[in-house]
Amino acid sequence: MTSSRPSTATPPEPRTAAAGRRTPRRKGRGNPYPYVFYLPAGIIYTVVFLVPTIMAFYFSMTRWTLFDSTFVGLENFTDFFAEQNLRIGFQNTLIYAVSTSGLKVVLGMALGVLLTSRLKLRGFLRSVVFFPVLVSTVAVGITFSVLLKPDTGLVNKALALVGVSGPDWLGDANTALLSVAIVDVWKGVGLATVIYIAGMMSIPRDYYQAVAVDGGGAWHRFRYVTLPLSWPATNSVIILSFIGGLRSFDLIWTMTRGGPGFTSDVIASIIYKQYQAGFFGLSTAGNVILFIVVTALVVPLTRFLSAREVPA
Amino acid sequence: MKTTRHRLGVAFFAALPLLALTACGSPSEPAADGSATLALLIDNNESTVNAAKSVVEAFQAANPKIKIQTETRPPGGEGDNIVKTRLSTGEMSDVFWYNSGSLLQALNPAQTMVDLTGDPVLKNVQESFLPVVTQGGKVYGVPAGTATGGGILYNRKVYEKLGLQVPKSWAEFTANNDKIKAAGITPVISTFKDTWTSQLFVLADFFNVQAAVPGFAQDYTANKAKYATTPAALTGFKRLEEVHAKGYLNKGFGSANLDAGIKLLAEGTGVHYPLLTASLPGFVDKFPQVTTDIGYFGVPGDDAAKNGATVWEPGGAYIAKTTKNVAAAKTFLAFIASPEGAAAWAKGTPPSGPFRIKGYQLPDDAIQVAKDLQGYIDKNESAPALEFVSPVKGPSLEQITVAVGSGLTTAAEGAAQYDKDVEKQAKQLGLAGW
Repeated sequence: MTSSRPSTATPPEPRTAAAGRRTPRRKGRGNPYPYVFYLPAGIIYTVVFLVPTIMAFYFSMTRWTLFDSTFVGLENFTDFFAEQNLRIGFQNTLIYAVSTSGLKVVLGMALGVLLTSRLKLRGFLRSVVFFPVLVSTVAVGITFSVLLKPDTGLVNKALALVGVSGPDWLGDANTALLSVAIVDVWKGVGLATVIYIAGMMSIPRDYYQAVAVDGGGAWHRFRYVTLPLSWPATNSVIILSFIGGLRSFDLIWTMTRGGPGFTSDVIASIIYKQYQAGFFGLSTAGNVILFIVVTALVVPLTRFLSAREVPA
Repeated sequence: MKTTRHRLGVAFFAALPLLALTACGSPSEPAADGSATLALLIDNNESTVNAAKSVVEAFQAANPKIKIQTETRPPGGEGDNIVKTRLSTGEMSDVFWYNSGSLLQALNPAQTMVDLTGDPVLKNVQESFLPVVTQGGKVYGVPAGTATGGGILYNRKVYEKLGLQVPKSWAEFTANNDKIKAAGITPVISTFKDTWTSQLFVLADFFNVQAAVPGFAQDYTANKAKYATTPAALTGFKRLEEVHAKGYLNKGFGSANLDAGIKLLAEGTGVHYPLLTASLPGFVDKFPQVTTDIGYFGVPGDDAAKNGATVWEPGGAYIAKTTKNVAAAKTFLAFIASPEGAAAWAKGTPPSGPFRIKGYQLPDDAIQVAKDLQGYIDKNESAPALEFVSPVKGPSLEQITVAVGSGLTTAAEGAAQYDKDVEKQAKQLGLAGW
């Protein structure tokens, strides 16, 4: 973060006797509220996030059922890493995260440019693009499973009209993961577009006027104003969709269940299957690993991306 | 200010244990006149629901003082979790229907279920059924439903038309498949979207495995025999590989589901479908012809002289230890495991195989697959599936068999993967010798 907190954010300290008692706690923090105000959020955060997270770290080192647990040290972690399809899982997770976030950036930006231009149907088109975001992921998954069926599905029937015989999208090991990724992009690109629209709307008009004064055309406006100044939006889209891609599960599970075989398994579906098999400790260990992996990938990515942000 | 904050903090930590408390259910107490209401938990397969409805109606007519309230759960792994969770939290319905065999072993019946050893409720139960609902020498359930044959469901109309005979060996099966393929019909139906249907070539081959290696189940449980290193056991994976490699499968097998498979079979556009006979009754309404057109035979082995069926025992009806109505629940179980109970069951859902109940014969109008299975049992040419003679079953078999059956992994590789999967399960269960 490049911004430093401006000193004016701290209200001037009132020099009355009554308020004087409270001043020591505010000293040096610039904190305008008494701590009690933070308590409700603090309790919720502790009970709902902090405690389970710490418990998860403990239970990942046990074999547990609902009522008893045996401490087994790091055995679950070695077992998890010995999982035969783990390599495919990691590979697929990365492919999935990179391809979906990449496509969302490109398509989201293109749609953002289109939908900030002076189109007649702009409002309508914006809602159309955003609509898939509102639909439940499971519903999308089930719908597309039907659309992508090899013989009766609409997609292959449409392809047949132009003389292409489409593959068994979800039943073929070569196309299964890719098909799910494309559906994921269809569903998620609306959110990316909205972020881009917001980012592009906040670019001051002056810059475009300056380009016009210098005799620049549409390409120059995009290349030298829109692209660099919507970097914060790109940043958010990449982070959001990359994390979303890393922990994606619902769409993959409804469309392929990690299949055929293990070919579209991602880390989350491997963990889920272990949980389903009753290996609670093992799946908790898997979640801890997923947590560490996501953190290890996303923290440096965030740093890198925010370092490139251009102050508007 | 400071004290308030402190007190709030104390109150918060004092309240933590309260948050951990869960609401406990309160099953109705038995009334003095013997009237009671029982909760019954079943899976939501249409055939189970219909059968339960019919059995409950007949039971309530015979025992007007006892009311049964039925609730359903999803089948498969999700259902296993629900049953396990409800048993361990003490929230289980008075009576519940669940698998017998290895899945029952995982429920820890000694702690969660009412012991029925030597109880009169078992009066009409065939003794040969008891081992699959027994743990540590104690019996916990009565059979709910019929035995099921695992093997090949086939279209008899097509067999008739092409002049084919029911194969006794794998070579004959392959010859039939070639003729069917030559006639332009799909020889083998596979439906890998419903992954469990992919396991039958392996699991239903167990009659042949135990015929070739009689001690396999014991050695397998004791971690001495493996699928990958026992040629007879590896054969199941090879069959799966072979039917794919020879191009016998239907188009789009990777994304087809059970419904689509039954449609192919019923309409005669596919001829062989490796499946359980129990899958068929649910489709009788949709495809009435399956009652007579579809037959059953066991997965053929190498030796035509040793040919038989692999049988899945019926699930059980169990009483949760937390029930307040043991007497009423036992009355219900005794009814389920009686000829009248079986008759009521058969009225609700066409039986897919013989009942494990003394004094009840399959009706003459039973569906063909049930009669075919009964034929194997009468001739003593059947063996229980591995999951009824060994508690060891890996959870990933269905993904592995999809991979082998789609030609993504070789049979040997798949078998080795399954051995690893089984090892993981045995370790998690803490079985001796692993």
